[in-house]
Amino acid sequence: MKKIIYSLLFFFVIGNSIAQQTPADKQTKAFSIEGATAHIGNGKIIENSLVMFNNGKITFVGSAKMKIARQGTIINATGKHIYPGFIAANATLGLVEIDAVKASDDQREIGRMNPHIRSLIAYNAESKIVESMRPNGVLMAQITPRGGTISGTSSIVQLDAWNWEDAAIKTDDGIHMNWPSSFTTGRWWLGEDPALKPDTRYAGKIEEIRAYFNNAKNYLSGNKTKTHLPYQATEGLFNGSKKLFIHVDGQKEITDAVTIAKKLGIHNITIVNAEHADKVADLLAKNNVSVILQRPHRNPGNEDDSYDSTYTIAKTLLDKGIIVSVGMEGQMERMNTRNIPFYAGTFAAHGLSKEEAVQLITLNTAKILGIDSFAGSLEVGKDATLFISEGDALEMRGNILTKAFIQGRDISLETHQTKLWKRYSNKYKTK
Amino acid sequence: MRKLLLLFSCMLAFSLQAQDYFPTDAGVKITDNTLVAFTNATIYVTPEKVIKKGTLLIENGKVTNVGKSIKIPKGAKTVDLSGKTIYPSFIDLYSDFGIKKPNRASGNSRGTQYAASREGYYWNDHIRPDVNPIKDFSFDSKKAKDLINAGFGVVNTHMNDGIIRGNGLLIALNPNSSDAYRILDTKSAQYLSFNKSVTSRQAYPGSRMGAMALLRQTYNDANWYANGNMKNKDLALEALNNNKNLVQIFETSNLLDAIRADKVGDEFGIQYTIVGSGDEFERIADIKNTNANFIIPINFSNAYDVSNPLLAQQISLRDMRKWNQEPSNLKVLSENGVNFALTTRSLKSVKSFHKNLQKAIKYGFDSKKALASLTTIPATIIGNNNIGNLNQGSYANFIITSGDIFDAKTTIYENWVQGDKNVINDISIKDITGNYMLSVNNKSYDLTITGKGAKQTATIKLGDKKIKSKFSFKDNWISITLNEDSGYTRMMGKIINPANVMQGTAFDTLGNETAWSASKKVKKDSKKKSKKSKEQPVVVLPVSYPNLGFGNYSLPETKTILIKNVTVWTSEDAGILENTDVLLENGKIAKIGKNLKARRATEINGTGKHLTAGIVDEHSHIAASAVNEWAQNSSAEVTMEDVIDPNDINIYRNLSGGTTSSQILHGSANPIGGRSAIIKLKWGENAENMIYDNSPKFIKFALGENVKQSRSPNGTRFPQTRMGVEQMFTDYFTRAREYEALKKTGKPYRKDDEMETLVEILNGERFISCHSYVQSEINMLMKVAEKFNFKVNTFTHILEGYKVADKMAAHGVGGSTFSDWWAYKYEVNDAIPYNAAIMHNAGVTVAINSDDREMSRRLNQEAAKTMKYGGMSELEAWKTVTINPAKLLHIDDRVGSIKEGKDADVVLWSHHPMSIYAKAEKTIIDGRIFFDRKEDIKKRAAIKEEKSRLINMMLNEKMNGGKTKVPMKRADRDFHCDTLEEI
Repeated sequence: MKKIIYSLLFFFVIGNSIAQQTPADKQTKAFSIEGATAHIGNGKIIENSLVMFNNGKITFVGSAKMKIARQGTIINATGKHIYPGFIAANATLGLVEIDAVKASDDQREIGRMNPHIRSLIAYNAESKIVESMRPNGVLMAQITPRGGTISGTSSIVQLDAWNWEDAAIKTDDGIHMNWPSSFTTGRWWLGEDPALKPDTRYAGKIEEIRAYFNNAKNYLSGNKTKTHLPYQATEGLFNGSKKLFIHVDGQKEITDAVTIAKKLGIHNITIVNAEHADKVADLLAKNNVSVILQRPHRNPGNEDDSYDSTYTIAKTLLDKGIIVSVGMEGQMERMNTRNIPFYAGTFAAHGLSKEEAVQLITLNTAKILGIDSFAGSLEVGKDATLFISEGDALEMRGNILTKAFIQGRDISLETHQTKLWKRYSNKYKTK
Repeated sequence: MRKLLLLFSCMLAFSLQAQDYFPTDAGVKITDNTLVAFTNATIYVTPEKVIKKGTLLIENGKVTNVGKSIKIPKGAKTVDLSGKTIYPSFIDLYSDFGIKKPNRASGNSRGTQYAASREGYYWNDHIRPDVNPIKDFSFDSKKAKDLINAGFGVVNTHMNDGIIRGNGLLIALNPNSSDAYRILDTKSAQYLSFNKSVTSRQAYPGSRMGAMALLRQTYNDANWYANGNMKNKDLALEALNNNKNLVQIFETSNLLDAIRADKVGDEFGIQYTIVGSGDEFERIADIKNTNANFIIPINFSNAYDVSNPLLAQQISLRDMRKWNQEPSNLKVLSENGVNFALTTRSLKSVKSFHKNLQKAIKYGFDSKKALASLTTIPATIIGNNNIGNLNQGSYANFIITSGDIFDAKTTIYENWVQGDKNVINDISIKDITGNYMLSVNNKSYDLTITGKGAKQTATIKLGDKKIKSKFSFKDNWISITLNEDSGYTRMMGKIINPANVMQGTAFDTLGNETAWSASKKVKKDSKKKSKKSKEQPVVVLPVSYPNLGFGNYSLPETKTILIKNVTVWTSEDAGILENTDVLLENGKIAKIGKNLKARRATEINGTGKHLTAGIVDEHSHIAASAVNEWAQNSSAEVTMEDVIDPNDINIYRNLSGGTTSSQILHGSANPIGGRSAIIKLKWGENAENMIYDNSPKFIKFALGENVKQSRSPNGTRFPQTRMGVEQMFTDYFTRAREYEALKKTGKPYRKDDEMETLVEILNGERFISCHSYVQSEINMLMKVAEKFNFKVNTFTHILEGYKVADKMAAHGVGGSTFSDWWAYKYEVNDAIPYNAAIMHNAGVTVAINSDDREMSRRLNQEAAKTMKYGGMSELEAWKTVTINPAKLLHIDDRVGSIKEGKDADVVLWSHHPMSIYAKAEKTIIDGRIFFDRKEDIKKRAAIKEEKSRLINMMLNEKMNGGKTKVPMKRADRDFHCDTLEEI
């Protein structure tokens, strides 16, 4: 333990000369990481591994016992762990800096049907919150707009960039829709019971969604003499090039959402948040619908739910062969995005194997987001977006990073927060 | 309409005697003879005193005599009531009969109203003992009729508005008379509640605990006023003092509030009569302990419509049970010796009163008790022995019925109030219900008559075929019209003997006259029996503590427990002890060592497991019915101990994460907040038993954005800046010092609960836990404290504590912080997760807290973050959620570590306690197992089973024609520091 403290202190004394938030340069020399336990991201593990990468791509993944020439700088990581960069799905990093300061808030456009609204251009690559992700191994994120019935279009970024253009690793990957709830809250200010009761307008709301997409389809198949930007934006949903992310909770709602999307000819879908998805797991499995779960660190939805109901859902879905990931929507979601490894760890504590849990925030997420061809696991040919941790990165006390690379670039683990830590630690030391 | 007219003319005969001394210009002055004798009746003089074949003699609205052999005076009108029963009319003590609802104060665009609107009254508009509802009283004949029909003769009405609401009026429900006679008492009882007046928008009190504090302060001030110490006129306090000797009736909306009201009353030697809410059975022992008289409503909820399983699963077990259990409330109250009267309050329609009461009786409530709770008990509560009985001299308020008044088949004929008759069902109309054989035109029909009085109707069958028909029974004439394929047959006839044989003339389709007759069929016993056995037996599911899913049917007992061969995290200098045994005995940690043995101990194999002290959460808002008294900048007078809610599922969920003690803090809406409650999470116990004995005294202070109303668009409350916050503290502490100085002189002083609390802080008897963010304000509060010679005990949140850690160490204040929260508001811009480690390294006692009911169930993981961020050692990290918060709360002599002699508050973990993979397997408090993972699995199964049982019962109710309501999901309360609730 002491060693960690010293090495960290040392690191910060050196790190001090590096400017805050400066993105790392393109990889020019190769790295070989030797001796670590490699968590591949696909459920497999290699003890005493050798991972090599050059020009931003992984060139070798295997056993350190393998007699093969080490390339470039050799990093001895014996006793440590190496992971593919964690990916935060359904996140809003860089769209809001401080929750309570409206001027810093860019996550929610007005209007209810906004498929054309694009998150990417508002993504603040220099956000202090974005940089605080890296020391926890969170290296990529899906930046998602919020609000309305159709919130807008998300993009996927890596978290070490000068600007949004450099950050983007997949532009406009999908459209996000908030499925209506079949419940509504009583208007307590009018003296009604604040309890949830069935929403009589639910069917109407669903019909509105159906009509919207049907109109979009008609528009797209017509001569488009007058451009309709929102409808135009939905084109990818019908040809399968864009995914529809349906944010939906509840057994009835999930069933409706999946059935209606399929009927509308939208086949590339993922359901997001998905409370009670475990109760319709067979339907999801049958239709090949993947799931981005809400954070497990939240209270169960009903008073009679078991205390661990938000922890065990991943296991139930995984057992049915569904591709599962974890997302971030909810209270204080931006600052909490760095806790995504611990959400995966919680799922591991309640049913998943540790490697399945790693998969939840690496390869599974990459698959769902459609970036698995170049990200999400330690496999030859993929981006060298990975990190070295002192211990089990799904554990608070093990998630201590010594090195992280994005596309092979040796990135800074400094943040606004580490800077203050160092400054005040020094203040008291000199006394 | 005609019926109404009939009733009206009936009334006229008895009505409108002018007062004796009133002149008359309508004719000669006449006095009606009002002497009436009711003979041969079964008379309930009181529920206990019943006279068979007795006589009741009334004159001028009073009972002049009652008994078995009474000489009927000459000139008396005699009414033969053979086979009939007379009861005293009922009394409802909680009513707003005839009182116009007050006008709601209109909105104010300038924001919150802090000051009172009234002049010459108390500083708080919601204290209105001066309200005398007589000026707003107007006899409501329509409502009176409903009440009379239900058997009521007298109501005690009041202005249902405000915290102290003024006096009541005792009103006889006599529509035939005038207010001159109807008003029995203009100052009967004083009414109170926790609800604010709608006539004022004055914000204080903004919470339940504020309402309680306000009541206490009002009583203090009334006393001060009574002793002539106030220079000003205060009409409210004057009225309160004048109403002092009246019965004090306190309206509540749930059983926790009932217990709270009683607590306030007891502190001032006042025993309130409490208007309950029907949920008393859920904690009957606590209700009994109040020693209060109760006034209980009987409004039962309908079953949920559970036919849609997706909707049905949203209903909580708590709400489903309520439907099943609440009809047994009166039985439970009565069997536990609680003295109570009944009220029609909260019934949508008075018409359902009897139906509900019959249901309660079916659920085991004794019918004699039922009668007492409507007559003699309310009379005794209100202190009027001339109502609720038929003793000589009492008001002639009585009901005439065909039999047992609580039997559904009984007809209520008349309800006499003050000697005036009100007809409900014409007594002269014979009860001819039954099954008859009707013979006409050489055919035999089945005639079935049902209903009461003039509303008796019939169905007619020929064989199995139902015949269209019309039936009426009026003025003792029966008229029947049959509509058959062959045409109409019309019949007229009369009852000719006591056996209800009917005879008369029929006219067939062709106009031919023939005779018809009908006589009663002989009852078939077998048929009746089968019908009886069909009736569903009453099943009431057992009550758990608390009465919701995962509740305990019996509270865990203190056990002798020996945990063997476990890894013990002592949170003491001893550090971690491998392969060690720990013995828990008599609620204490008795022994720590190797190879321990104990007789009669429950042994737990701890091999491979970890045992720690229970987690202590320095900052929590679970188990609370309120969190902020936000309507004043200082609320030192309020205490969270008043509003502990033992029914919060989060208590159980926190146990599942190894938390055993929590400081339930007031919120951060104002610089000087309220006093804390420090509780043990003893799931199932009541609020009082959860609070620590001899609890250290704490108060919440707050700084920064919340207290200066930064996110309120129209904040008008001082202070609006951090500059103002300093001056506010200085002002309050200066005044507290002056207050204490005056108090010490022995001269009279106005007792002020707020100042009393602040004086405790100055004297080091009460500790501050201060919500804080930025370094400037942290430093400021320490300087203010130092100026007044006391120490700040704890800075909670303290996110920039690392910037002034040296100053904190020098001042001697502890820091209780979040592990990694930031970026949610401007003042946490520089919040860093390394804060705990830096403060710890600087010598500050550091705790990791939750301020979040979800995080408080995994504080073990949050502690682990201090290892990641700043590299705290494992042992020091673990202390941040055990012994350190215990030290900050001054309970480290009892909890927070595993040490012989301390409370047996321990947790058995499946893994290293700070591992993400660790699960609490057993959580023990005072040697009692309050959470057990294995038991939890059983509880889940039990919930599922009970729910489906209730669903079947509800479906049964629906199928049998019972009313149902749409399923609802309980609203989830999520209290944080800055939650502003409205009461």
